[in-house]
Amino acid sequence: MSEAHHPEPGFIQKYIFSVDHKVIGIQYGITSLVFLFLGFCLMMLMRWQLAFPGEAMPLAGKIFTNGMPGGVMLPEFYNSLGAMHGTIMIFLGVVPLGVGAFGNYLVPLMVGAPDMAFPKLNAASYWVYFVGGMIMLASFFIPGGAANSGWTSYPPLSVIATAGQTYWLVGMVFLITSSLLGSVNILVTIIQLRAPGLSFFKLPFFVWAQFVTSFLLLLAFPPLEAAGILQLMDRVAGTSFFMPSGLVVSNTPMEIAGGGNAILWQHLFWFLAHPEVYVLILPAIGIITEIIVANTRKPLYGYKTLIYSVIFLGLMSFLVWAHHMFMTGMGTTMSNFFQVTTMIISIPSVVILTVLIITLWGGSIRFNVPMLFALTFLPMFAIGGLTGLPLGLTASDIYFHDTYYVIGHFHYVVAPGSLFALFAGIYYWYPKAAGRKMSSFWGKVHFYGSVVSINLIFFPMLFQGLAGLNRRLYDPTFYANGAAIQDLNVLISIAAWSLGAFQLIFIANFFLSMKFGKKVNDNPWEATTLEWQTPTPPPHGNFLQDPVVCRGPYEYSVPGEAKDYLPQNEESTRSEQVA
Amino acid sequence: MSAEIKYIETPHPVTGVVNSKIGMWLFLATEVMLFGGLFSAYIILRVGAASWPKADEILNVPLATVNTMVLIGSSVTMVMAWASLMLKSLNKFRLYMGITLLCSVIFLVIKYVEYSEKFHHGWGPATNNFFATYFTLTGLHGLHIIGGLVVNTYFLIVAGREWKNRPVMFTNRIEAAGLYWHFVDLVWIFLFPALYLI
Repeated sequence: MSEAHHPEPGFIQKYIFSVDHKVIGIQYGITSLVFLFLGFCLMMLMRWQLAFPGEAMPLAGKIFTNGMPGGVMLPEFYNSLGAMHGTIMIFLGVVPLGVGAFGNYLVPLMVGAPDMAFPKLNAASYWVYFVGGMIMLASFFIPGGAANSGWTSYPPLSVIATAGQTYWLVGMVFLITSSLLGSVNILVTIIQLRAPGLSFFKLPFFVWAQFVTSFLLLLAFPPLEAAGILQLMDRVAGTSFFMPSGLVVSNTPMEIAGGGNAILWQHLFWFLAHPEVYVLILPAIGIITEIIVANTRKPLYGYKTLIYSVIFLGLMSFLVWAHHMFMTGMGTTMSNFFQVTTMIISIPSVVILTVLIITLWGGSIRFNVPMLFALTFLPMFAIGGLTGLPLGLTASDIYFHDTYYVIGHFHYVVAPGSLFALFAGIYYWYPKAAGRKMSSFWGKVHFYGSVVSINLIFFPMLFQGLAGLNRRLYDPTFYANGAAIQDLNVLISIAAWSLGAFQLIFIANFFLSMKFGKKVNDNPWEATTLEWQTPTPPPHGNFLQDPVVCRGPYEYSVPGEAKDYLPQNEESTRSEQVA
Repeated sequence: MSAEIKYIETPHPVTGVVNSKIGMWLFLATEVMLFGGLFSAYIILRVGAASWPKADEILNVPLATVNTMVLIGSSVTMVMAWASLMLKSLNKFRLYMGITLLCSVIFLVIKYVEYSEKFHHGWGPATNNFFATYFTLTGLHGLHIIGGLVVNTYFLIVAGREWKNRPVMFTNRIEAAGLYWHFVDLVWIFLFPALYLI
């Protein structure tokens, strides 16, 4: 386009309202990391109440005058924190980091494109996300506080809740719109803008993961938008989409038309929210695949198997949603169907894990910081997946439903699973964006500290669940079974705060390395994919010469070659061509 | 070397389409899922309801029929507007795009008449689930019409300049806008029988 002849843009044009995919990727990255930390802070506050129920927290009474008068947390404030922790971590943290930041920054580079297909739309999707996030934050400061009906917002409770819920719904509409625009952009970029020679089966697996993820976002998010609109109508216009007849609240019959169906919300919600789980995990699997292959110095075992598995996983993820709803009384036929599909969807997950583990076999592994995080992802994701099986079986789910076992299970998938993979990705691609490496000593401190703390948080939760401790309970000692194991809550809270302390090391490392990190060349990890074949950091337009791809993504340690990696766009150094 | 994004004007050799067209198709896929979710909600609520009013006795079927014709007509003129650009006639484009805009305004005016008729009777979204679905679905569809109206008006205003500078790109944009407009039309063709007739 005609921008080539314009003068050098000013600071605001270059870093704030940029249309360059790399700047937008970094904007997404920083914003979502801030939100992740914020969401984590909410949880660290809640952990005080869970460890020492009803006791005054030092200093808190002065900061949270409404939610914690005198330092003691009010139940409403506790509920707000819980609902917003889930919302912020998922919709403002992990998804924007995995898809918005990594997808934006890396997909055009990996497919050899100068930018995303629609650069302005890309900037728009970031700003819509930003506004959605600000609406969510603003809801903390209104009377009644932020949404307090759980991140799932089940009606009728959510419909009669305080005004924060309306903010939540409006915020969600913005976040959904942003995700839809972003996923359209990623899909068109992958379909249309691949470099010459880069066929679909030569794409790095990360791009495949983003491709399937974008399809999930594209098709699963709109039904939640529909549900959000209906709930908004219920709250604002007085309709009864989710409000059953004869509803009595605090001993007063509600003056509504009634006739609605509260379970309908759950169906629409989980139709999004189950594929959403795969939106959280697939970019993570994409990231660790790149890191594991580059650091074992051998080709990926079962590249096509991995791709077919991830496509199958994507399709199946639309057919399992009601396994979250076994306890709603929807009938045994329905439950059996969703139980079977849930068991089936575990197969491709196991295939993916197996492929990655076999890739390690016989490799010469480089134990750098990104690799440590990536290797830890494997057992953590495995624990997360395996603990999910008892929840997918209707009989055992009756016992486990809504206990801390569920919390332990899905946090193993998203916290030491997805988030560790995202940390791995940050350590791995940081040199490309900044031109310097993050300190590996402090990276290792961050890694070991986080691994130990995070397991001390989530493993005991599985036992709490086995003991029947309910989730979302304001006072865990209220029932005798909870009071008997209260020591575990103290342990978990201390581990959570120590996890928070180790993240401070990461934050310091992240910013200080921009200035003091070790300078690196264009391809510090000696990797093969196209993003390493650009200058560092990549200029506007990315490549100095339009790349032409002549081989698959993972040609490491090819016998007879001068070096142990062959970039996708480089000719072989051997005289005879590889078939 | 070049920071230029490919396939904005010339179709991709393998997929055979330009970027904007795939983008629009994917966007329409999200719209299908959005209205799909709403239609499913409508079906569930209606099947589960103890009683459901006879729609054609409450809603204004003749007006809605006129509206259906207006919208189908606007879809035809939208195609003609795009075809005029393909035939390199900017004036005809302006004429047909103008008619399309006029039709969308007529549609909204008729919708307004229908809505105020209901409000006059004291019927609103809160009356019962029949009216709740009626107002929510037609309201959301109306917002889509307004969206199309805004974008098409913009295209009509900038037509002269864009046609002079980037005729191919402008034609592609009109085609993409047309795809959206046909979709909005199609949603109405499902909404009309679902809400008014059965």
